[in-house]
Amino acid sequence: MFGLALAGCGLAMILALIRAAKGPTAFDRVLAVNAIGTIIILGVALHGFIMGRPEFVDISILYAVLNFIGTFAILKLFATGGLGDRGGNARITASSDRPEEG
Amino acid sequence: MSMDLFLPYLSGFSLAIGTLALVVGSLGLIRLPDVFSRIHAVGMMDTAGVGFIVLGMMIHEGFSLISVKLAAVAVFLFFTSPIATHAVAQVAHKSGFSPVATGAATSAKKVARKKPAKAKAGTKATPKAKTAGKAQTSKTVAVKKAAKKAPKKATKKSTGRKGDVL
Repeated sequence: MFGLALAGCGLAMILALIRAAKGPTAFDRVLAVNAIGTIIILGVALHGFIMGRPEFVDISILYAVLNFIGTFAILKLFATGGLGDRGGNARITASSDRPEEG
Repeated sequence: MSMDLFLPYLSGFSLAIGTLALVVGSLGLIRLPDVFSRIHAVGMMDTAGVGFIVLGMMIHEGFSLISVKLAAVAVFLFFTSPIATHAVAQVAHKSGFSPVATGAATSAKKVARKKPAKAKAGTKATPKAKTAGKAQTSKTVAVKKAAKKAPKKATKKSTGRKGDVL
């Protein structure tokens, strides 16, 4: 049963990969990559159960966190044009009115 | 005693439902016409797919540290994936896309709805937002008039923006 579930995960990943490849906008690609990350989380856990090493769930937790952070980083880059503390403005007004550090 | 006999079937059934939800969600990701509607498909994958597959693995495992970690994964995804899809929708909307249901037939209405949002963002950025309340309403009326006058130009602008985001 775990093998069948893993095969279904593979099929779903192929379909999401098609959307990520030909998505007309960048947001389609972000959405598809997010879905692929979710499928990978489940696939790692299922693979651990198939191989008799359910400790792979730890790697699943790691993938969940990385997927969330990565999606938000890409979206922030799209929205503000930068990844600084103040979005895109951090790059533009870095020298003029940066708040005091410390 | 009979519960032990019953549990593997329950686990397999749950895994099957979760896999079905994953495949159907990814089919929706292929077939649906728009970013805003594809988000629904991804939401189905993230709730039904993850929930049922993790439930199946937890039933198979029984009560142990592994099943607690699986529950942690499920809870984390249950909270973070709606946030991520909401952020996708918000950024897509801010960068000029609108859902396909408000398409070419109602383009004038769409422009009239989109322009005041932009004006509001501008007044929020400036410190004079308090005094701009009345002026803003008159501005929205003017924008609506402009949208009625020249809807074609505005849609052209929005499609140009679409190419820009690519």
